[in-house]
Amino acid sequence: MSNEADEFNLSGDRGFLDFRESIYHVVFLACAAISVLTTIGIILSLAGPAFGIFQSGFFQDVSLGEFLLTTDFSPKISPVQFGVLPLVFGTLLVTVGAAAIALPFGLLTAIYLSEYAGERRRAVLKPMLEVLAGVPTVVYGYFALVYVTPFLDAIPGIDLGTFNALSAALVMGIMIIPMVSSISEDAMSAVPDSLRNASYGLGSTKFDVSTGVVVPAAASGIASSFILAISRAVGETMIVVVAAGTTDRFPGGPGEVLTAFFKSTQTMTSAMVQLGTSDLAGGTTAYRALFAIGLVLFVLTLGLNLLSDVLVRRYEEDYD
Amino acid sequence: MSKNENTITTEESTDADPKTTDEKLISTEVTTGTETGRTAAGGRTIIEARNVDVYYDDLRALDDVSLQIPEGQVTAMIGPSGCGKSTFLRCINRMNDLVDAARVEGDLLLKNKNVYDDDVDPVALRRRVGMVFQEPNPFPKSIYDNVAYGRRIQGLDGDMDEAVEQALRRAALWDEVKDQLDKSGLDLSGGQQQRLCIARAIAVDPEVVLMDEPASALDPIATSKIEDLIDELAEEYTVVIVTHNMQQAARISDKTAVFLTGGELIEFGDTEKIFENPEHQRVEDYITGKFG
Repeated sequence: MSNEADEFNLSGDRGFLDFRESIYHVVFLACAAISVLTTIGIILSLAGPAFGIFQSGFFQDVSLGEFLLTTDFSPKISPVQFGVLPLVFGTLLVTVGAAAIALPFGLLTAIYLSEYAGERRRAVLKPMLEVLAGVPTVVYGYFALVYVTPFLDAIPGIDLGTFNALSAALVMGIMIIPMVSSISEDAMSAVPDSLRNASYGLGSTKFDVSTGVVVPAAASGIASSFILAISRAVGETMIVVVAAGTTDRFPGGPGEVLTAFFKSTQTMTSAMVQLGTSDLAGGTTAYRALFAIGLVLFVLTLGLNLLSDVLVRRYEEDYD
Repeated sequence: MSKNENTITTEESTDADPKTTDEKLISTEVTTGTETGRTAAGGRTIIEARNVDVYYDDLRALDDVSLQIPEGQVTAMIGPSGCGKSTFLRCINRMNDLVDAARVEGDLLLKNKNVYDDDVDPVALRRRVGMVFQEPNPFPKSIYDNVAYGRRIQGLDGDMDEAVEQALRRAALWDEVKDQLDKSGLDLSGGQQQRLCIARAIAVDPEVVLMDEPASALDPIATSKIEDLIDELAEEYTVVIVTHNMQQAARISDKTAVFLTGGELIEFGDTEKIFENPEHQRVEDYITGKFG
């Protein structure tokens, strides 16, 4: 059968094609490099003033131990003190409060959307929930300050300061519900129907199917939604700046942990805003403290994001 | 665990097939033995369909189907794609309820009780009628938890370890997995996964086991293991199986129902007669491969 006329023509301009491919390669690489380089730049710009890589830095004035282990933060009023612990405590307080709202409500919302709502209601409700995530955080901050605090204060037995961690945590929790519910719902919707049918076929109720099959099968996505939401709460700034106040507070005992919710409490983020917007001169220790705090915040959220990655990988199930 | 193994060994020494209830013991005495013995016994009717119609929106998927399925036998549903055989299977345990567009008319009786009566809870029904699906669908849980799942949601009492072992033994999977019960069910091969799904279905001791093309996603060796298993299961359970594989129906079933296009049941009777001497020309054409 084979003669020369029948042969395929497979030749091409290899040199031109290779050149074109290499251009694409460089363009895509450059795009990917932007975010990586920015991250490196941010780390350097935080670490520089903190450790004094380029000029003298924060940790030449204040020892690492004093920064990380002492419990007073008073950068401008003498005696000046730079203990980061009250700020870490403030951040954890607000984060735990926000998570206590967002994780359960977000998960239950996701179960409703994925298993109970049906397609038409989900199509309406999910975008509405996501609008909640699109409200500017400063609006949430004033909502907490102007409406939530007076409302909670009116409840007998609760005595709130004008600025307090409780309303900030509550409103922040509501703000991150859509983050938990949206990512969790995506994970639950990805659970194949064959597993639901198997469970129904064994005589499960909808509740059995949701809690016994769908939630465990979507565990990795749910866990990562939790961690992303917590990470978001750790870094959240505007709400705490507006509604939580500026008092550095470190509990003297376990009893003071809960009461801290009712009082003005400063977080790492709100302390950074306060330092950055005051009339500090550029070379002062107080100014450089801003970068040291930023570094702690960065390490904390980076750790959380890495944890989320690990969890996703550990629980990832193969349905194929 | 060792105590359980002892119990099982004792039972095996007296009876090749350990039974759980008296009712089953009796029915086994009648039907134990070879396939011919089973067929000759000709069990009582356990499932009866009377003029069953199913619609998906306006599309008619089943057209006036009436038949009687005998207890303790294997009944096969065969026919070309879209003939309604799977739809009929899903009527029996009301899995069609989960499809919004589906509407069922007529009566479907399980032990003389219409499962579409208002007072029937489909959840309770499905606890008596197990189902095995086309694609193996083990839960992303351990082998043990897969088998234990149904007993847990149904709150069944008794020794869970023993129940899991018995179900795995009956599903002919125990010897392959007994040392790795903590392993994920998804780590098993396709054929093992399907036997795990069968173990999961029978662990709750249903009256009837429905199988929707249980071997169609499996290779020939795994398929033959499933067929052997179905033959053994019929000694304890009523098995209703949908298959598109006519040789399979001929090999494993006592009764055969032939559905053809339009959701019509054309012929129903003893498998031997359907395959050797069908009454309807269309059935003969289908079985001999002239159609479908």
